[in-house]
Amino acid sequence: MVVWTDQERACIQDIFSKLNYEDAGPKALQRALIVYPWTQRYFASFGNLYNAEAIMSNPKVAAHGIVVLHGLDRAMKNMDDIKNTYAELSVLHSEKLHVDPDNFRLLADCLTIVIAATMGSSFTADVQAAWQKFLAVVVSALRRQYH
Amino acid sequence: MLSNTEKELIVQIWDKMIPVAEDIGSEALLRMFTTFPKTKTYFSHLDISPRSEHLRCHGKKIVQALAEGARNISTLTTTLAPLSRFHAYQLRIHPTNFKLLNHCILVTLACYMGENFTPVAHAAIDKYLSAFSAVLAEKFR
Repeated sequence: MVVWTDQERACIQDIFSKLNYEDAGPKALQRALIVYPWTQRYFASFGNLYNAEAIMSNPKVAAHGIVVLHGLDRAMKNMDDIKNTYAELSVLHSEKLHVDPDNFRLLADCLTIVIAATMGSSFTADVQAAWQKFLAVVVSALRRQYH
Repeated sequence: MLSNTEKELIVQIWDKMIPVAEDIGSEALLRMFTTFPKTKTYFSHLDISPRSEHLRCHGKKIVQALAEGARNISTLTTTLAPLSRFHAYQLRIHPTNFKLLNHCILVTLACYMGENFTPVAHAAIDKYLSAFSAVLAEKFR
């Protein structure tokens, strides 16, 4: 059972309230595909991912980035039961999409960097710690249904 | 594998960090200690509270070493040999911790550089930090 302090809850809600899903989502996914190129293996149907410029102007990548962020939104709205909220998503990533779960942390790290770049100095060490705890729970929930 | 463009980018970025080495270094360390508390176990001999003199001094050393490595990327093994021995035989830090500090360095750079910390810059620095850590861990066994 994950225990959230009031301060952690407030931090996470605050970040999401300031987040522009249509901006951060695409940026995070683009960054993962550029910084960790092996993650491109899951997006063969997205067309041109040949270089950073292509990835950053690819509409399918942008659209999918937004989907991912809306998925995270669900976790934020169900912070006390992320495990069960994500059960189906976990099965999907394992059985249908066959994604190596080690890659979840990479996308999580890229999203953290995007948020850090947007929030600047207000993304303090304490805020970062709370945010990364949230993402760690999300990643753990996504990993659960891999057998 | 770093391209020439990436090597130049890396030098440019770290050169900009030298004048603010204490700020950047201490912030990265503080982020690491806050997000990954187990990393504090290596610093029981220092005062690592926010804005402490020890934290700023230690942070500065790290950034200066990174900046020097950046200027000598093709000879990292030679340039870092003393630091490498130090980390292997004296500090004996569990190797997984390098990634934790590297990540916090990236977050610090992102906060500091904002939009200028582009995906391409991020990739170059991440690769550089991985190479740097690999040299520091080289003599571990």
